[in-house]
Amino acid sequence: MIIRGRVWVFGDDVNTDLMYPGFVVSLPEEERPRYCMHANRPGWAQQVKKGDIIVAGRNFGCGSSRPAAKSLKDLGISCVLAESINGLFLRNAVNFGLPALALQGVTKMFREGDVAEVDIRSGEVKNVNSGESMRAKPLPEQLIKILEAGGLLPLLAKEGFLKL
Amino acid sequence: MGLTMSEKILAKHAGLAKVAPGDIVTVKADYAIMPDLAFTEKLGELQRVWDPERIIIVFDHIAPAANVALAEAHKSAREFARKFGIRHLYDVGRQGVAHELAAEKGFFKPGGLIACPDSHTATCGAFNCAGRGLGLPEMLYVMATGETWFPVCENLLFEIKGKMPQMVMSKDVILHIAGKYGVDFALNKNVEFTGPTVKEWSVSSRMTVANMCVEIGAEFVLFEADEKLLAYLEGAEAKGPFEPVAPDRDANYSDKIEVDVTTIEPQVALPHSPGNSRPVSEVEGVEVDQVFIGSCCNGRFEDLEVAARILRGRRVHPNVRLIVTPATQRVCREALRAGFIDIFLEAGACVTNPTCGACYGGHMGVLASGERCLSTANRNFQGRMGSRDALIYLASPATAAASAVTGRITDPRRFGGAM
Repeated sequence: MIIRGRVWVFGDDVNTDLMYPGFVVSLPEEERPRYCMHANRPGWAQQVKKGDIIVAGRNFGCGSSRPAAKSLKDLGISCVLAESINGLFLRNAVNFGLPALALQGVTKMFREGDVAEVDIRSGEVKNVNSGESMRAKPLPEQLIKILEAGGLLPLLAKEGFLKL
Repeated sequence: MGLTMSEKILAKHAGLAKVAPGDIVTVKADYAIMPDLAFTEKLGELQRVWDPERIIIVFDHIAPAANVALAEAHKSAREFARKFGIRHLYDVGRQGVAHELAAEKGFFKPGGLIACPDSHTATCGAFNCAGRGLGLPEMLYVMATGETWFPVCENLLFEIKGKMPQMVMSKDVILHIAGKYGVDFALNKNVEFTGPTVKEWSVSSRMTVANMCVEIGAEFVLFEADEKLLAYLEGAEAKGPFEPVAPDRDANYSDKIEVDVTTIEPQVALPHSPGNSRPVSEVEGVEVDQVFIGSCCNGRFEDLEVAARILRGRRVHPNVRLIVTPATQRVCREALRAGFIDIFLEAGACVTNPTCGACYGGHMGVLASGERCLSTANRNFQGRMGSRDALIYLASPATAAASAVTGRITDPRRFGGAM
């Protein structure tokens, strides 16, 4: 699984309320991603293009279990790279089919607009512009399998637990 | 090397003799708890459930429904319960914030394991019961099979010492910890508590701390079972067999942190992070438009009691809206019988039905731009309670009640003797 995309840089402690504001539960599902980062970076969601990558600081995804990762994925984000990632966010990301890797030093490696190339299986992260590369600890094999299947929901459907 | 409490609970529920940090274990949950918001996502139609007696549906975040979208979500929750014969459906009139309601009903059992798609599930750690937030897709798997997986994380031990100063609540202690050590101090680690002060805390006070450890990044949070907990469980509706766990003497903690509460002041967390906490004396005088007393963090009987003592015979400041939201129907009834609700109404507060309410920003106290709210909840993230331009401050019920009277952030010790 090799992912290549344009980088958006965010700071520390980007929480799930920012990605999936509480009020969006009252909106039709297809409209919810439009309000991603509405409080901290209004207009950002409208600029995201399919395949873009988020590079963020520490504690990415702190907060709640709300499907923030799904909003990022629906916007077209193909991968999250962060200095550290909240455990609940990571579970949600993998289960919604959004690759996310924790990599110390990643914010120093990228500037906004750079192109990143990520090998999910090996954890290799490369800045295509500068040529610099680093290696994140890869995700456990079980989680890579879920990502390769496109998330947990198709797997549940395959096992007959869920009708999509 | 011995085992911590979370390691023992994970091992037991995985059918293993022991587990160690770095392992990933598949476990069987005791209960799956589904809040109303879980039904606002259309992720697919579940085809089976593992055990309808072990699935609990709780209307809490926005109950009663505040709009058609929520009404539809509630309707689908009821239909889901009917389809699978789930009788633990806590609908409007029997509702309450899931973590308090599940405690009252007796679903949090020492040594147990809870699966719930709410990040503050760690609240059950006050019951010597392991729980942490899960996502919605994996809750479908839990409901179908009873199983989920967890990484076995490193463990931090907090030893809490010293006599709690007057008007200082457990909320102040955990806000102090978040401020001193940071909001990612326990990131992806389990947290356990010990020490003489913890024994002095009520179960309710421990719930506040377990609840807010989520704001320092914690996964599982555990307190030991003691006489206070066993007494609480006597009052829970469902009594049942349980096996408390205690840490081994040589349990493997990656770090031990001592906290002496003797010198801790009441704390206030400034916008937009629970880690922006500082002593109330540094923040006093900031004018507030709204004060919210409620939530899974501080909406219990003990919290309302503290607020009632301060508000008795006093009036809410004319520039302030004080919103009091009891966590559950039972908390509401007990507060009514104790006379607290009358004190709040007499003081000019708005007392709402049990719900997450203003904390989630879905109804019952949504903030406009530029407004400042002092809240007893656990999160003050930007935009959480309404407008992105609103400012949320976090504090204890004592500080909240004192501030509602003066209209400014106020040290509750100015109302000395009320507690």
